[in-house]
Amino acid sequence: MMIMKRLMALVCAAMIPAVVLTACSGDKTDSSSSIVVGIPQDLEDSLDPHEAVAAGTKEILFNIYEGLLKPDENGELVPAVAESYSVSEDGMTYSFNLRDDVKFHDGKNVTAEDVKYSIEKSAGKLGGNSLIGAFDNINEVSVRNNDTVDITLNEPDIDFPAYIANLNASIIPKDNAKPAENPIGTGPYKYVSRSPQENIILKKFDGYWGTPANIENITLKIIPNADSIVMNLNGGAVDMFARLTSAQTQQLNSNFNILEGEMNLVQAVYLNHSVKPFDNVDVCRALSYAVDVDNILELTSDKKGFPVGSSMFPAFKKYYVDLSDSYPTDKEKAKELLAKAGYQDGFTFSITVPSNYQPHVEAAQVVSQQLKDIGVNAEIKLVEWNTWLSDVYAGRQYEATLIGVDASSLTATAMLDRFVSGADNNFTNYSNAEYDALYEKLYSTPTDAGRTEIYKELQKNLAVNAANIYIQDMAEFVALSDKYEGYVFYPLYVQDFAKIKLKTQ
Amino acid sequence: MMKKLGFRFRKNPELYIGAAITGIMALIMVAGVLFSPYDPDAMDASSRFADPSFAHILGCDNFGRDLFARLSLGGATTLFIAVCTVLIGVTFGTIIGALTGYYGGAVDEILMRFNDAVLAFPSILLALVFISVFGSGTWKVIISLGIVFVPSFARIVRSEFMRCKNLDYVRSARLMGAKDIRIMFVHILPNTVPVVLSSAVIGFNNAVLAEAGMSFLGIGVQPPASSLGRMLSDAQAFLFSEPSYAIITGASIAIIVLGFSLLGDGLKKNA
Amino acid sequence: MKTVFKKLFTFVITVLLVTLFVFIAFELIPGDAATARLGINATPEALSVLREELGLTRPFFVRYFSWLFSFFFGDMGTSYSYGVSVRSMLASKLPITLTLTLMSFVMVVVLSIPIGVITSKYEDRPASKIIDVIGQLTMSIPPFFLGIIVTYVFGMILHLFVPGGFVSYNVNFGKFLGYLVFPSFAIALPKAAMSTKLLKTSILSERKLDYVRTAYSRGNSTTDVMYKHVLKNAIIPVITFLGMTLADIVAGSLVIEQVFSIPGYGRLLITSISNRDYAVVQAIIAIIAMLVIIINLIVDILYQVLDPRLRGN
Repeated sequence: MMIMKRLMALVCAAMIPAVVLTACSGDKTDSSSSIVVGIPQDLEDSLDPHEAVAAGTKEILFNIYEGLLKPDENGELVPAVAESYSVSEDGMTYSFNLRDDVKFHDGKNVTAEDVKYSIEKSAGKLGGNSLIGAFDNINEVSVRNNDTVDITLNEPDIDFPAYIANLNASIIPKDNAKPAENPIGTGPYKYVSRSPQENIILKKFDGYWGTPANIENITLKIIPNADSIVMNLNGGAVDMFARLTSAQTQQLNSNFNILEGEMNLVQAVYLNHSVKPFDNVDVCRALSYAVDVDNILELTSDKKGFPVGSSMFPAFKKYYVDLSDSYPTDKEKAKELLAKAGYQDGFTFSITVPSNYQPHVEAAQVVSQQLKDIGVNAEIKLVEWNTWLSDVYAGRQYEATLIGVDASSLTATAMLDRFVSGADNNFTNYSNAEYDALYEKLYSTPTDAGRTEIYKELQKNLAVNAANIYIQDMAEFVALSDKYEGYVFYPLYVQDFAKIKLKTQ
Repeated sequence: MMKKLGFRFRKNPELYIGAAITGIMALIMVAGVLFSPYDPDAMDASSRFADPSFAHILGCDNFGRDLFARLSLGGATTLFIAVCTVLIGVTFGTIIGALTGYYGGAVDEILMRFNDAVLAFPSILLALVFISVFGSGTWKVIISLGIVFVPSFARIVRSEFMRCKNLDYVRSARLMGAKDIRIMFVHILPNTVPVVLSSAVIGFNNAVLAEAGMSFLGIGVQPPASSLGRMLSDAQAFLFSEPSYAIITGASIAIIVLGFSLLGDGLKKNA
Repeated sequence: MKTVFKKLFTFVITVLLVTLFVFIAFELIPGDAATARLGINATPEALSVLREELGLTRPFFVRYFSWLFSFFFGDMGTSYSYGVSVRSMLASKLPITLTLTLMSFVMVVVLSIPIGVITSKYEDRPASKIIDVIGQLTMSIPPFFLGIIVTYVFGMILHLFVPGGFVSYNVNFGKFLGYLVFPSFAIALPKAAMSTKLLKTSILSERKLDYVRTAYSRGNSTTDVMYKHVLKNAIIPVITFLGMTLADIVAGSLVIEQVFSIPGYGRLLITSISNRDYAVVQAIIAIIAMLVIIINLIVDILYQVLDPRLRGN
């Protein structure tokens, strides 16, 4: 046993220096104004704003880049690089007056040429793709003088300013050859460095034209593992984490303030309408009657969440109609409708769910269980995210899928255009003549009020026809260390770091 | 009679304790699957995370499902997957290892290169390939895990064969004109049993754990069906607020694996 | 010289095989770098433009051989997702993965060999049984869970480290090493238990063999027999296992990397598979394959040294 003791002593001795070392690492470099923000994935698509696609990337780049206009926390468009804009009588030409004092992070002034270059690049006119479909409508971008840029359209589009405010239309310097590796924008924070899968470091931009940011240094720490998030927060390595689940927030210690907002997306069981039996509206309605949204919220999110009844979320106040009561849970009615459609014995279908989105996986399990009551057997098929993108979204090879769909721009069309027959992004293959006609009417309706009315009709159409089994706009939780304050929620998928500040004691 | 049993027990306690643990766990699972008054999939919002009670002897999970009923079903699924996986791994691993270890030469080179390639190949990618080619489900998990397990068994058996083929008794058997097949399977194979058995036990453990990993990626058992691995990864989401869920599930895995490894040790001692 | 060539040849064959497998795998699984990059903004036109841009429309073998050709000349290509050269990216992560691997491997060896020898020597002592049970338990806990337990005990209760407080080697090397001790421990624990068990089994079965009994009957001391004969033979399967473990740690410390938020090769590999970023996947796998082969080579050489009966071959 002597040897054993000696061995143990040796092992312990080997660990002591390590323990001492780590003990020092306990006190985090706590410079007066820095914050560590945890994010669930690295910005893998691109740091070039014109190529960024993932919502998780764009919400971070929001702090680095700005467009001519940008969205504010009320969902309004506010001037950014442009000071103001005007529209010609015919609605075909938008003239943007640039601010004089806007600087890029490298210290150079933003010129009209930079703006022209950025919009053209974003519109795909300089090669490559445009991520904003509506930019196909741009005919010409011209520099009128040092302070004014005119954008001419092929046909009028009242939503054009909303697209201009999209992150994918951000203004970047013309002379930057590699925007993805050397990101330069005009936002309140500038990019410092990154280490793949580890972190991204941002620093306050002192030359910012608007209200300057409060915190000097931001470290975005990548924590892909959901179970580590809680430990990293409780252990003090991370000061803030957005988009937590209610289960995660319940495990945090008292050093955190939990802020509650909305995710601004529509979670639903999206049905592929070109697959039997979802081509039958009675079947879709039956499923909607059978699914009990309150029960889903109770079982998966401690009743937090906002039931929706169509493809629009409440934060779009102007357009939103509350249709969440369209299908009150009624299993008898569901069975009747199924019988009417010829499925009195029920049927079997599969719900494809991306396995990395735990809230969707959980909701799918409840839905599947609820559908059993009307004799419908919904099998859950978990797939990896890229498989989902390729098979379900791009390939449309699925029966039903449970996912959340968000808006890429601050327009109602961003939520509604994907249900027009034959649209590129119509992954549900929804095809309804009435819907198409209504949507067509938008083009000939110049007034905002008139269009808002049509948007509401479109939502009702989706609800009446039970286009999808609508569930909710999920509740979003942000954990912010009690050393900080000032977090604001946006009606878009955005994290605005510039407003966060140290709490004044 | 009792005395004899007592003697046997003292001589090989692992065998009896292992058999007892495994037997009791299997019995509990069968009882749970057959006699539990609860449907393992039935959800009930009012009993979310219910504490253990007479109604729910182990309490309930985040959907208010009876934990005992789910553990029974999940345990049975896990056992089935693990046993089949290890069987595949051991069978093919032994054949490949025996051939390559005994003959050496070109066959050895080719198979071992192949082995190295499979060892270096990430199992996650392999799993994705399998799911896209065959679809998901219990059997696919078994096959793809089985394939992942073959190389490690092959290597172990190979090194044992290399060691044994030059032992005196093998040489004398060869001198007496025994056929290769006979030498390999009658003379050498029994010698490899202890090492193979103990690696099989390790493999069994790995299979239980690997299944958990695959469930997480979506290739494993599909919800609402349960397996212990799947349940543990679900339970981890509530680790700090509802630790008993994770502890009960984790403990079930640990007990099953423990029972099997003791059984393996005991069998080896008896061999 | 001949053997060197032979080994080099097998080396090349394995790398060819494994990279070809990876390429085939990427052909079989749904999705590619273009769908990954465009996400839900993908339209058929946008996809085809991007595929063209990334060179994904070229035939399978053209892509494979052009990759292979550049790889042969040390060009690992460019990452689709990060837009930077794969070589620089992997080089910057190498110290992390290497440190983690070596640290855990050393822990496995330092823990398992002495414990294996001692517990088999004092097989019937209670302390030995207790160590057996502890080992058995660590093996029975899923690595993920073990990682969480280690984090919880050392990080949240004992406050020996800050969970998630990883510091890169180029920022502060001391803190870097200090942080990695705990994940390494979590990786090493079950592997050490397995290797201990294997060694013990092997020693016990070796002790039953005739030559050992003969050695004892000749009056050699227990320690003498143990170290001169038994251990030398018994360690052979353990070396195989350790070799595999080392390879396993390189490729499989992934779970622990996740739990401890360490940005090493494992995490890069997973993300790159999910992004269909095959330049990165290929390079990492080729590196792992090479490591596996080199380790196996060392194991083979050790066999020859330890087991004179094999020297004839």
